[in-house]
Amino acid sequence: MSQPSNGALLEVRDLRARIDAKEILKGLDLVVKPGEVHAIMGPNGSGKSTFAGVLAGRDRAEVTGGSATLDGKDLLAMSPETRAVAGLFLGFQYPVEIPGVGNLYFLRTALNAQRKARGEEELDAVDFLGLAREKMKLVEMDPAFMNRGVNEGFSGGEKKRNEVLQMAVLEPRLSILDEIDSGLDIDALRQVARGVEALRSPERSILLVTHYQRLLEYIVPDQIHVMAAGRIVRTGGRELALELEKKGYAWVDS
Amino acid sequence: MSDVIRELTEQKYKYGFVTDVAEDRIRKGLDEDIVRLISSKKNEPAFLLDFRLKAFRHWLTLEEPTWAKVSYPRLDYQDIVYYSAPKPRKKLASMDEVDPELREAFAKLGIPLEEQKRLSNVAVDAVFDSVSVATTFKKKLADMGVIFGSFSDAVKEHPELVERHLGSVVPYTDNYFATLNSAVFSDGSFAYIPKGVRCPMELSTYFRINAADTGQFERTLIVADEGSYVSYLEGCTAPQRDQNQLHAAVVELVALDGAEIKYSTVQNWYPGDAEGKGGIFNFVTKRGRAMRKSKISWTQVETGSAITWKYPSCILQGDDSVGEFYSVALTNHRQQADTGTKMIHIGKNTRSTIVSKGISAGRGQNTYRGQVKIGKGAEGARNHSQCDSLLIGDRCGAHTFPYIEARNPTAQVEHEATTSKISEEQLFYCRQRGISEEDAVSMIVNGFARQVLKELPMEFAVEAQKLLGMSLEGSVG
Repeated sequence: MSQPSNGALLEVRDLRARIDAKEILKGLDLVVKPGEVHAIMGPNGSGKSTFAGVLAGRDRAEVTGGSATLDGKDLLAMSPETRAVAGLFLGFQYPVEIPGVGNLYFLRTALNAQRKARGEEELDAVDFLGLAREKMKLVEMDPAFMNRGVNEGFSGGEKKRNEVLQMAVLEPRLSILDEIDSGLDIDALRQVARGVEALRSPERSILLVTHYQRLLEYIVPDQIHVMAAGRIVRTGGRELALELEKKGYAWVDS
Repeated sequence: MSDVIRELTEQKYKYGFVTDVAEDRIRKGLDEDIVRLISSKKNEPAFLLDFRLKAFRHWLTLEEPTWAKVSYPRLDYQDIVYYSAPKPRKKLASMDEVDPELREAFAKLGIPLEEQKRLSNVAVDAVFDSVSVATTFKKKLADMGVIFGSFSDAVKEHPELVERHLGSVVPYTDNYFATLNSAVFSDGSFAYIPKGVRCPMELSTYFRINAADTGQFERTLIVADEGSYVSYLEGCTAPQRDQNQLHAAVVELVALDGAEIKYSTVQNWYPGDAEGKGGIFNFVTKRGRAMRKSKISWTQVETGSAITWKYPSCILQGDDSVGEFYSVALTNHRQQADTGTKMIHIGKNTRSTIVSKGISAGRGQNTYRGQVKIGKGAEGARNHSQCDSLLIGDRCGAHTFPYIEARNPTAQVEHEATTSKISEEQLFYCRQRGISEEDAVSMIVNGFARQVLKELPMEFAVEAQKLLGMSLEGSVG
């Protein structure tokens, strides 16, 4: 598999996965081109988070069929860290705490691990600090958080902003943001959205996974997909989100 | 995750080599003649032989203790060689005449003894099997009145200091292993810091066990006179052998009024193989006596030994004295550690801090055992203890046995404890950001131990951090 024929950044075909004996993804298709922002909406239990996890290499679910490629390369054959190096970023719904490991130290280690794997020069502490400061302003992150342990004692909103900060520093080609809006008040939501918007460019793509259409008022997607029972059942533009909001998810199940 | 766990248990010990030197060793076994023989080999004064003999006779009346949460086959004390020394080719006139084989051995361990390669700000006393083979910077220290060198030299050159303080903190009757050590100890380090002197460099002893079937029984005595300061570092390794070897050391610290002693250990004795074969049995007694307004701080990073039995303690005798204990103990494979501290508050307004971080991987068993004792007269005494355990995998264990005994109603004693596991989700989070599984484990463990590692002097902190990573890492992938 070299260049994909259709110029897709992410191409998912008939993807199937199960957790234990239960099939969660039942033949999912999705194409995201460079520069596009897509949103996946759907009720709880429709398989949205499992899908995000499978793309990033979380081994909770077992892939049983289909394919997923990033830039034509077989994602499913790569380790999670190789996927990260290839440019895939997952913003976690529940970011993990790592006590005692400084937030800034963690981020520099991650960035340099990726740069090294790509054959690029590692950033020294001074250059990195400059970069991190600039990105912190973008998400209005208090520098005091930087020397605390990774997500240690952060509020829900701070954790989400920290995810966006990491994304902004790592500059991934494909960002998958899993419920980045959950638990955020309106100010935090605006800050998070601004950080995501800033990363929008002709080369980068974003996949938003969300339950509510509220986020989509701040980040306007090119396409919206509705997921139900492990498949994408409808695809459309902005109007699809509004319709969903009005009629509820029962509408797509019918 | 399971891959990491498997890799962890396949980790190799990197200091397992044996150095081929001619040994002066005595016959196996322990009796009064052996004790006399050791003493005569070292031309000791009468007070020391007397100390040894009293200890030996007392030892005969003792039973090996069994209260620690460790299990091991009974030791045969008659099957051990109690004295082994590398044979010097001739009398040494200077450091550069140290046996090249020995110099090579220490160089391999990263402890250069040659003048030009020495660590710039650390004076090293190198102890090989039963004797000290070299001490660096001796002269420079002597100019400031600091005495630092082998215990044997101190006995010859400063017998009055040794006689006054030996056994003053850990008496020869103290416990089974300390009593054994008092009878047969062969060498170790001695340091004396005169009144008001701030020791200009770190003092360090590097212990190496080399000979087979021997025990290592070293004795360290540090006396910080009024208002003085010293930071002392201790490191240790041993060859990889199938037989267990006994290491029973005694360390005594004396901090006189207003003095401060900072004592740091990075212990990396051979831990045995993945199946628990071989490894050092480390039964060590370490204790300090703190007089008025003085401070004793113990920091230890314990990654080696098949069995660790060790409780660096402080007797806070003087008013306003301070005791600290910072510990990271890591057990992997089938290692067992029962370690902690005793803080004995006697003086008024005495303060102590205990921070213990236990890390268990493989089938390792890690026990914290600590005692905080507040005497009747210890008005206003305060203690804070924090014990955290980190589990890696599901075949290891962590145990905590805190003992608190307060006899003064004004005392404040606090104890906090947590147990956590490295989770799949933490590992996945790191890997999703591009960090390899192996680096992620090492990073999480170092984060867990950070509070303790930051207490180590710089040179040691880096070494300790690497050691924690090495003790856990394997080649994933």
